[in-house]
Amino acid sequence: MPLLTQQIQAEDEQYSLVASLDNVRNLSTILKAIHFQDYATCFATKNGIKVTVEKAKCVQANAFIQAGIFQEFMVQEDSVTFRIHLTVLLDCLSIFGSSPMPGTLTALRMCYQGYGYPLMLFLEEGGVVTVCKINTQEPEETLDFDFCSTNVINKIILQSEGLREAFSELDMTSEVLQITMSPDKPYFRLSTFGNAGSSHLDYPKDSDLMEAFHCTQTQINRYKISLLKPSTKALVLSCKVSIRTDNRGFLSLQYMIRNEDGQISFVEYYCCPDEVPESES
Amino acid sequence: MRCLVTGGNVKVLGKAVHSLSRIGDELYLEPLKDGLSLRTVNSSRSAYACFLFAPLFFQQYQAATPDQEPVRCKILMKSFLSVFRSLALLEKTVEKCYISLNGRSSRLVVQLHCKYGVRKIHNLSFQDCESLQAIFDPASCPHVLRAPARVLGEAVMPFAPALAEVTLGVSHGRRVTLRSYQEEEADSTVRAMVTEMSIGEEDFQQLQAQEGVAVTFCLKEFRVGVSDLRAASRPPCPAQDLTLPLPSQGLLSFAESANLSLSIHFDAPGRPAIFTIEDSLLDGHFVLATLSEPDLQSQDLGSQQPRRPEPPLQANSAPHLDDFTNDDIDSYMIAMETTAASEDFRALPSLSSGPQPPCSPDPNSEEDEAEPSTVPGTPPTKKFRSLFFGSILAPVHSPQGPSPVLAEDSEGEG
Repeated sequence: MPLLTQQIQAEDEQYSLVASLDNVRNLSTILKAIHFQDYATCFATKNGIKVTVEKAKCVQANAFIQAGIFQEFMVQEDSVTFRIHLTVLLDCLSIFGSSPMPGTLTALRMCYQGYGYPLMLFLEEGGVVTVCKINTQEPEETLDFDFCSTNVINKIILQSEGLREAFSELDMTSEVLQITMSPDKPYFRLSTFGNAGSSHLDYPKDSDLMEAFHCTQTQINRYKISLLKPSTKALVLSCKVSIRTDNRGFLSLQYMIRNEDGQISFVEYYCCPDEVPESES
Repeated sequence: MRCLVTGGNVKVLGKAVHSLSRIGDELYLEPLKDGLSLRTVNSSRSAYACFLFAPLFFQQYQAATPDQEPVRCKILMKSFLSVFRSLALLEKTVEKCYISLNGRSSRLVVQLHCKYGVRKIHNLSFQDCESLQAIFDPASCPHVLRAPARVLGEAVMPFAPALAEVTLGVSHGRRVTLRSYQEEEADSTVRAMVTEMSIGEEDFQQLQAQEGVAVTFCLKEFRVGVSDLRAASRPPCPAQDLTLPLPSQGLLSFAESANLSLSIHFDAPGRPAIFTIEDSLLDGHFVLATLSEPDLQSQDLGSQQPRRPEPPLQANSAPHLDDFTNDDIDSYMIAMETTAASEDFRALPSLSSGPQPPCSPDPNSEEDEAEPSTVPGTPPTKKFRSLFFGSILAPVHSPQGPSPVLAEDSEGEG
């Protein structure tokens, strides 16, 4: 345990949240997966921290960092909530450099005294300690997508590898990404309709990439490509992705991300469908 | 048109597209009896590139169904490139590539069959077009260099990426030199360094040029050229023993990756330099404008002129010399697009002149407009000419009008 941790032990009682981590990258990597807006809302309970980012009231990303990821994790109240500048937080977490030399780890101790106080970060690498204080803000109410697993119509689990290329090469001149999920051909299809023409990407249900295929009825939904594109950040970090749509056409993308120590965290994106103009349907 | 590309050839095709994309923004795709041709020209029309993939390159190749007119099309380079964006992935994941062009559906359909049964289907919209054809004839160039693309690729490496032009010449001792080109007016910091590479005659498979000849052209396109031609070659057909090159981006890198020899055909400054690679499965031509040098030019006017009296004739005959030279209305139109405004002016100074050989490149069409005011013999210091124009000499003294030079009548095209 870093020296730093022991020195501060005595002061712990005054904090409503204390978390420490031997490898800061286990936290920063997950946060990068949802970093498509400047501000994020953090909720901490004794189970861990959930960080939420939203855009346009249409898309929401949640990163779940379980208490087990941290070497020390303590929450004094039932839950602690604050809003923070995510870009600044990430900059601070990588203050010793974002791609460290092999063998050197940056340790983190994170403390939050409560409403109105800044979030304090103590980062230590090779005996050098940096202290960062980031002002916190009034938490904002986050969206409730009411995405309930009992309403899920179609569900597919894919190895992320199979989607990575597709998402990185999405035709951004297309306004929407159309997702077709069906028990029959084409099973799972991603389509774009851009300036250059249309393109379709088909995954057969018996593909080796397909870990699970549970589609009960054909659904064709369109989602704003600009809203889905940020999920690429989570996709590239993840090893598996679960794609679900419910009876309203809402989309849930869950990414399973394995960190450097082999622990698993989840990042989840919700997106509401684009309204289909009468004429086009 | 429908064709099927398999295995390593998909990457070769992808590389060719990448190299073409370094040149122009639009891709002209034309299925011919003797193969599929992909062509492009840059916006200033100073560089033209084309690849012709022989039917053997494909697993299946059908230029047109018997009852169908052959279709040709022009598509945005960007959209075609997006199909082949990642060469590494192409090599790793794509097993087959079907391309079909159907006039009725007005879509160019590219289907990639990838690993794990994944299929990508691109329906690309296109425009009808006439055939794009630069008129050039390597056979008419008195100077020829031929060397493995690797040799040229290595020779270009030391040059700063930002360097605009290089001068290729034969210096004494019959060494071939590449030298960074300095503009007269360039400020002193830029001029502070001159890079020069020289390659011995023994590295060349063919060196047919006297000492003292030199041409200056854009380095960027040359790099493209060399690497692309190099890259073009990995033959897919089991029967073929291909030695095409694999590497980087341009004709040079293309040629390098394929282990191909690159031939450079050139003539006097101001006339296009033609870079070619040939293989049983494909051939590639890059035509680059060269810089006309003022001093040289005045000499040329005298000396050169008589030497090449082939002008209009050449234009007409050129098509037969080369597959890529089939000409038709479109290239004429293209030429007119850029030349029309300046033509009249050009006729004004009409000094004398001989017809110009059709092949010359030039990147600065705007400069052409300035041209009328210049006195013959004192052209702007730096000037490239469109491939579709007459040669650089032409404007000064070409009474002929551009059209005879530019293109032959359309009947030539199949």
